[in-house]
Amino acid sequence: MSSVASLHESELQHAGHDAQHEHHQQSFLTKYIFSQDHKTIAKQFLITGIIWAIVGALFSVLFRLQLGFPESSFPILEDILGKWAPGGKISPDFYYALVTMHGTILVFFVLTAGLSGTFANFLIPLQIGARDMASPFLNMLSYWFFFIGSIIMATSLFIQTGPASGGWTIYPPLSALSDAALGSVRGMDLWIISMAFFIISQLMGGLNYVSTVLNLRTKGMTMTRMPLTVWSLFFTAILGILSFPVLLSCVVLLFCDRNLGTSFYLSDIIIAGKVLPHEGGSPILFQHLFWFLGHPEVYIVVLPAMGLASEVISVNARKPIFGYVAMISSMLAIVALSLIVWAHHMFVSGMNPFLGAGFILFTLLIAVPSAIKVFNWLTTLWRGNIRFTPAMLFAIGFVSMFISGGLTGIFLGNAALDIQLHDTYFNIAHFHLVMGVAAFFSMFAGLYQWFPKMFGRFMNNTLGYIHFWITMVGAYLIFWPMHYSGLAGMPRRYYDYSNWESFKQFGGMNKFISIVVIIVFITQLMFVFNFFYSIWKGRKVREANPWDATTLEWTTPIRPGHGNWPGELPEVHRWPYDYSKDGKEFISQITPVGEEETGPHH
Amino acid sequence: MYSGAMEQKHKIHPYKFSLWLGIASILMMFAGLTSAVIVKRNQANWISYDIPQFFWWSSLAIIISSITLVLAAKAFTHRQMKQYRNLMAVTCVLGTAFLVLQSLGFYNMWQQGLTISSTSSVAFLYVLAGMHALHALGGLVALIVLYAKSYSRKQKMYSVLPIQLISLYWHFVGILWIYLLVFLIMIR
Ligand code: HEM
Ligand SMILES: [Cu+2]
Repeated sequence: MSSVASLHESELQHAGHDAQHEHHQQSFLTKYIFSQDHKTIAKQFLITGIIWAIVGALFSVLFRLQLGFPESSFPILEDILGKWAPGGKISPDFYYALVTMHGTILVFFVLTAGLSGTFANFLIPLQIGARDMASPFLNMLSYWFFFIGSIIMATSLFIQTGPASGGWTIYPPLSALSDAALGSVRGMDLWIISMAFFIISQLMGGLNYVSTVLNLRTKGMTMTRMPLTVWSLFFTAILGILSFPVLLSCVVLLFCDRNLGTSFYLSDIIIAGKVLPHEGGSPILFQHLFWFLGHPEVYIVVLPAMGLASEVISVNARKPIFGYVAMISSMLAIVALSLIVWAHHMFVSGMNPFLGAGFILFTLLIAVPSAIKVFNWLTTLWRGNIRFTPAMLFAIGFVSMFISGGLTGIFLGNAALDIQLHDTYFNIAHFHLVMGVAAFFSMFAGLYQWFPKMFGRFMNNTLGYIHFWITMVGAYLIFWPMHYSGLAGMPRRYYDYSNWESFKQFGGMNKFISIVVIIVFITQLMFVFNFFYSIWKGRKVREANPWDATTLEWTTPIRPGHGNWPGELPEVHRWPYDYSKDGKEFISQITPVGEEETGPHH
Repeated sequence: MYSGAMEQKHKIHPYKFSLWLGIASILMMFAGLTSAVIVKRNQANWISYDIPQFFWWSSLAIIISSITLVLAAKAFTHRQMKQYRNLMAVTCVLGTAFLVLQSLGFYNMWQQGLTISSTSSVAFLYVLAGMHALHALGGLVALIVLYAKSYSRKQKMYSVLPIQLISLYWHFVGILWIYLLVFLIMIR
């Protein structure tokens, strides 16, 4: 075996060697397009994610126009959308397509690929002291598979019958039968193919993240000296590796049902008086397979958000994170529990109540590690010497959203309550606060915090503050009222509520929400402007460590090249949270433990 | 230069580790599918069928191919290149035979009227064996590329890593097939 080991070593040395010299001889194509530098790949994920975020958010503005102003028509819509908005009113078919694409794009393309793709690629090698990912090539493929998936999904927006329209959860039979909806004619096939590319992209990325964390840590960087960002991205990758393949199985069977005449999910269906030949399938089977991914997926979204918030809060409160080990173990608990609670999305599917009781128990148990984390964030903030940067504000905003949305999870986790609340606006409010807005807030926190490392410039602070306050207030104004309409039984995914006597009272509220949505959307465009403007015109970073942070990424040059550290890799001597210790503002991870330094030494 | 390499000497090679993770995720995919079969099996109107003999022969082919691959890897580490090439050739032929026999198995079922759209129990076989065949095809392509490389004059091959990686994957594909076959026999 020793020959094997030395071969490895020489290979790795070779890789390191390459990295040092590569930037001298790169063309535009290898530097920016088919780059294998993890930092460039991170930016590719980020910018693709931003484009998708704008599209996804724009869709929500469009369907909110319908919900807020069901009686009005907007002639300009007909000019832009053509047959999808005859007479300036969004058609029901298009409405469903918009809702479906909004969910798909934001959950998968923005908050999974955009969030993990950006920060795992950017932060993992930099924060553990590696020159690049374990397999830079696989990493590049991961982006390009996501890109192809994106192109396919984008194509589906323009085909004659429109994109998929059965909801982001694509339940059959609606999604399986092309007679069932316009979006199920061809849009659904493109959805499945696009998602297959996306899943493979996530798997390749995830394999790389895990293997990089386990194998390429620099000297002294033990697992328990890793920043919580790295821990969270590591757990996210593991969860993705375990659950995304099941979604692939799920959609492969759906694809067969659609195109090969199988009946995995279909049985006894009559459309327009015609009995379909499908026999013996079960749509509940689909729900099991889908939610086996679907639930872990929500944690794939929120775990990186937790990691980013932890780091930003600790740096800007100038305090060690409270309960470092508890933070890690609660993430581990969340990962484990999230794999065994999927059926809480199916309480109304007629499952055996005893089975349901088990799922209730595990579901409510997730509240424990979640509460531990919230407690630790708040304790870290407590009496901190807080610097209210835009990043910090967004991180605090994340905690606020996570609490507000998490509380309603406890309502929904009880089957007895969920039978009333399932598929109402209460559910919409729950998951938008706890997942959607919270994860976006953390992503913003991460972007404001690491923008200087990504581009060597700062983003504009004033615009950052405006961005934060309007988004924070706006998000609550949008989603808080939905709890009330949800409790009153207003179902989700309906085109027009104005014909129901019982929901007429919410007409004004819906209008109000829609107006806030438009304001918040414009504010996000302002953020996008700030982002791109600052890349070229922002204030230049002049010191290597502008936030006085302890972690390794700030020991690289201001604009690190491929290989990250020009000379030797840094050696690590302590954990990443030595803030305000022994009268020192902060002690970098590369500073050896001093003779007189007080314990504990991590 | 690459100071991390010193420590990494004793660890598993990152590529190999990634491959293990990849295997874990492929396993999850098949776990998803096989648990779907179990759910369906417990519902009404499950129709049994006979598994064609071809699948026994294909199993034999893939088992022997694993054995020849082990021998090929051994020959490679001892730098007996001629023997290595021969054994790789046999492995590639057997791998191809596996896929051909799988296709014959499908054809045979199709001739009996057991098409993919006939009944769910049969459809599951097509999906399970079909998805497996895709994975086997990927492995076969990698095997053939590696075999072809052994004739290349341009680059000399010294690293054992590629053959180790491909062996790991190919043995996994073989074991997965045996598992699927046993599963299908028990559940059909
Ligand atoms: C205290 C912890 C939580 C509990 C007990 C909980 C419980 C539930 C339950 C029972 C549902 C199903 C409601 C229904 O369809 O009738 C649900 C929906 C949902 N939850 Fe949570 N949840 C919790 C935290 C979270 C977190 C942290 C996230 C995301 C990061 C999340 C994301 C979602 C999403 C996306 C849905 C809706 C999916 C859909 O139907 O489209 N939840 N939650
Ligand atoms: Cu869930």
